[in-house]
Amino acid sequence: MHSTTPILSINEITPTIFEMVLDAPQVAIKAKPGQFAIAMSHAEGERIPLTLANWDSTRGTVTLIIMAVGTATRKLCSMRAGEHLFAFAAPLGQASELKPYETVIMVAGGVGVAPIYPIAKAFHAKGTRVISIHAARNEKLLFWDNMLKNVSNEFIVTTDDGSRGEQGLATKPLQRLLENDSQKKIGGVYAIGPAQMMHACTETTRPFATHTVVSLNTIMIDGTGMCGGCRVNVGGKPKFTCVDGPEFDGHLLDWPSILIRQNSYKREENCSLNRYIEQND
Amino acid sequence: MEKYTFCGTKLSPQERQARARSKRHPIGEENGKVRAQNFDEVNLGYDPETAIAEAKRCLLCPAAPCVQGCPVRIKIPEMLEYVSLGDFDKALSVLKRDNALPAVTGRVCPQEVQCEGSCTLKKTSGEALGIGYVERFLADWERNNGKTHSIELPKNGKRIAVVGSGPGSLSVAADLAKSGCEVHIFEAFHRAGGVLTYGIPAFRLPKEVVDHEIENLVKVGITIHTNKIIGTLYSIEDLQNALKFDAVYLGIGAGLPKFMNIQGEDLNGVSSANEYLTRINLMKSYLFPHYDTPVHTGKKIAVVGGGNVAMDAVRTAVRLGAEKAYLIYRRSREEMPARLEEIHHAEQEGVEFLLLCNPLRYNGDDHGWLKSVDCVRMELGEPDASGRRSPRTIEGSEFKLDIDMAIIAVGTGANPLVTQATPDLATNKWGYVAADSQFRTSKRGVFAGGDIVRGAATVILAMGDGRAAAASILSYLKENTWPENFEPSSF
Repeated sequence: MHSTTPILSINEITPTIFEMVLDAPQVAIKAKPGQFAIAMSHAEGERIPLTLANWDSTRGTVTLIIMAVGTATRKLCSMRAGEHLFAFAAPLGQASELKPYETVIMVAGGVGVAPIYPIAKAFHAKGTRVISIHAARNEKLLFWDNMLKNVSNEFIVTTDDGSRGEQGLATKPLQRLLENDSQKKIGGVYAIGPAQMMHACTETTRPFATHTVVSLNTIMIDGTGMCGGCRVNVGGKPKFTCVDGPEFDGHLLDWPSILIRQNSYKREENCSLNRYIEQND
Repeated sequence: MEKYTFCGTKLSPQERQARARSKRHPIGEENGKVRAQNFDEVNLGYDPETAIAEAKRCLLCPAAPCVQGCPVRIKIPEMLEYVSLGDFDKALSVLKRDNALPAVTGRVCPQEVQCEGSCTLKKTSGEALGIGYVERFLADWERNNGKTHSIELPKNGKRIAVVGSGPGSLSVAADLAKSGCEVHIFEAFHRAGGVLTYGIPAFRLPKEVVDHEIENLVKVGITIHTNKIIGTLYSIEDLQNALKFDAVYLGIGAGLPKFMNIQGEDLNGVSSANEYLTRINLMKSYLFPHYDTPVHTGKKIAVVGGGNVAMDAVRTAVRLGAEKAYLIYRRSREEMPARLEEIHHAEQEGVEFLLLCNPLRYNGDDHGWLKSVDCVRMELGEPDASGRRSPRTIEGSEFKLDIDMAIIAVGTGANPLVTQATPDLATNKWGYVAADSQFRTSKRGVFAGGDIVRGAATVILAMGDGRAAAASILSYLKENTWPENFEPSSF
């Protein structure tokens, strides 16, 4: 009666970032860029929203990128090939709109490369000129860079410490590209990564009035429109990230509220994590 | 009028009079103070002797007004007669002929406005027969004695997809399986049961009761597929074509929580009742950190609303250690849509009712955490479209209430997952699926019922729709006709 999902492989990209490949043929057929899944490692686990980062409908596989931060994500990342996810429900959320831009800038911050990659790939496939900015704190945290480069016409790397590419934040090349775009060919910007990074990109593009799409990773329980924990204010209207998003126009979001709300369970998350670390030491 | 087969009990005039004057056997309840500390069930239920004694109050009215009051038309006098004779097996087969989930409905139905509301004893003695208690007794007796009343089913070769696994869907599935259909239920969550699982707390409906009822349905051959998002993973067309289902029933409920869109609703510490109850019931966060999902536990909490969901949320908060638990409702007690028993239990457990009162705005501290709510007093004006007197604010009556948690239970709307993915499925102006009087939608072979058609209602109304829809589906499978012009009905 209960449907579980087999894990085909799990690879450590960095000590905290893992790539998990699942045997999920129907999801692989139906997945669209911008959509996400809910995953649970075991019956007592949390329902964790994760972007559908890659899929192969002929092989019937779906790839997730998971960052081990809290208890539930660490439990997911400690699973092994051959084990089964207790729950995997997808595809959820609205697919990326893929507007007819002449040129689009894709900004990937850290693990944001996972949701950015399928969108960049889709734009590239339909002939849009794709300029990608791949940003991370340092070189070790850059992954899928060749994959993203392969679907980009122009590819820029930035690291906070300058260990690879330009030194500094993604907003630096973003600002420069928009300033130099005298012919107004850049129709849109996708910025996906940590909330602070998406907020910064949104503020960078605001003076240029360039359409800027971000993908929110809010608190979510069910992921199917039932709980409203993921609610955000979009241009004065309440929207649910799970069913109306996860992509929204960054210029219409109430960023201070988003940044506050994402910390609302910090205390409990720390409590749970400390317990997990003690038990697994 | 429907006729009932009775097993020959004849009441003498004296016996009849004695029954007419008899009083209801009370049900045991866990002590209010003790139970406010735990998630055990509040109602302790009848024992066999009390169930028999209560059933012996039935006047066996030929017109059976109780049956007319029951949305699934359980043959109540017949059931009670078997109970009065101590034949619980027969009573159960009568009950289960019309009701797929008796242990559930015995606990969550608003009996006072349905079967018990029309009971003749209510007029003659002032106390209706405890039909809900007897129903629940039978279902529990069956479960505790390891009995199942499943029947060998014929197969008719028809395949039916049921979307959603709440009480309405389970009723459709049960009726269709009994008629020989191969029934597959598709559920988005990792556990089946819909609102019975994620919404109604264990102290009102123990989860093992729900699981047992669902297992009984699996035993009669119904297949349940969890984690399946209908709309995106499989479209309705996929179900009809690629997966070769002869008919589809949408029982997807009205789960999208509503907010009041007032200032401060996005503060930390404000959540929907659905979020609060889902964390606790589906994700078992009251057992955090043994379960990974946490839940905020406020010391001073306010629940906004007057329905069953509001009662469930506020009584849950008491159990999670709230020192002050307020229930804010904008009308008076008489207009509260919650079951009487739930209101009564909430009061016993120390919930403070702030009636004729409405929140205006939530105030936060510098870190974005809720610290108080500004409320205003209300008075009742003329009756509105729903027949209830509409509340209006009393100018200058504002007051502040210090709280660290607010739970919004002001209703839910249609979930858009299926309708967005199915543009040719007609909806009404609120986004609910439009259906005709036979629960047929605008799309051939697709039926819908329960909250996704009515808007948020009750478990038993969804079950009633489910039974009627099952009959409609069977006639569609037989006749293979569909109306040329879609005539949506108002529910």
